[in-house]
Amino acid sequence: MSERPVAPITYLLVFAALLALTGLTTGIAYVPLHGWAHPVALVIAITKAALVVLFFMHALHSEALVKSTIAVSIIWIVMLIGLTMADVTTRDWVPGRTLAPAPATEG
Amino acid sequence: MADQNIALAHHFANVDQQRESATFGMWIFLVTEALLFGGLFCGYTVYRSTYSEGFEDASTHLDVLLGTINTAVLIGSSLTMAMAHRAAQLSQRKQINIYLLLTVLLGSVFLGIKGYEYVHKYHERLVPGLRFDYSHVLAQEHGAGERDEHIEQDSSSVMASPRTDDQIAEAGLIARYGPQRLFFSFYFLMTGLHATHMVIGMAVMLVLIGMVPFSRLSTTAPVVEVMGLYWHFVDIVWIFLFPLLYLIGVQ
Repeated sequence: MSERPVAPITYLLVFAALLALTGLTTGIAYVPLHGWAHPVALVIAITKAALVVLFFMHALHSEALVKSTIAVSIIWIVMLIGLTMADVTTRDWVPGRTLAPAPATEG
Repeated sequence: MADQNIALAHHFANVDQQRESATFGMWIFLVTEALLFGGLFCGYTVYRSTYSEGFEDASTHLDVLLGTINTAVLIGSSLTMAMAHRAAQLSQRKQINIYLLLTVLLGSVFLGIKGYEYVHKYHERLVPGLRFDYSHVLAQEHGAGERDEHIEQDSSSVMASPRTDDQIAEAGLIARYGPQRLFFSFYFLMTGLHATHMVIGMAVMLVLIGMVPFSRLSTTAPVVEVMGLYWHFVDIVWIFLFPLLYLIGVQ
């Protein structure tokens, strides 16, 4: 339970980590990572979100009911975006043909 | 917290259960908020994968420095919100209001910067539906070269049924900058919805600030905790919005 007050130093350390990660996410955007830029940005964002959920929202010391609620929402979002993208990225596939990259349909 | 003056509603077995019910209720609500923003993020992901060049190009017109500052400001407001909850747990009435006020202040700074960005976007003709004209910023970047003089108004009505040669030409222009326009639709919708959530949160906080001096401290801690959960969620949404909107076109 999050009944006992958290020490301010914990909050300050998490805050410092979040600021550092914010600087990192902006700075690393300028590094030519090519295909890796998107996953790296997502990993940093997920780390920041995890810090907020675990410490600011006290999820670390929450009852199992709250923890399972958080897990369910994460699973749901992963399913939503994952399955939708699985559909979108494979729309040009034709069964029985060699998989060639779809022609770029740029606007 | 052995407080003899605990305001326990009769349908709860004890204070712990009462507090847990309150926070669980907010968590359930936050899951529905995740549904709301998750759907928008999904739409963004689909169209960014389809029109990656257009999206990255459009993103270059967002101010990365302002976005970074805003991210830091909002994270700071989460810190002050967490401290407000801690003050409530320690029954420090004055501190609760100080930290809540700081949270509102930082939130206002965020909204002020957002408002400045929005107004700037309007003058750059980058608001879909409000005289959107992507060639305007291109002209400002590259000189008078790509200015399309005959596009002086938002041509959205043209797309319905292009008839004349002029209308077909305008429709072609929209097709050329459609992805950029789509990006800005997502930008304004998602940051606007986020800003609306912030305004509502700040309004409730102001009401809380007014009520704290007069309320039972034993019931204040769960209220502040629930308020904190909402505010931290709003922070998390922005933590994902910032890199996806501001940082994709930086290269």
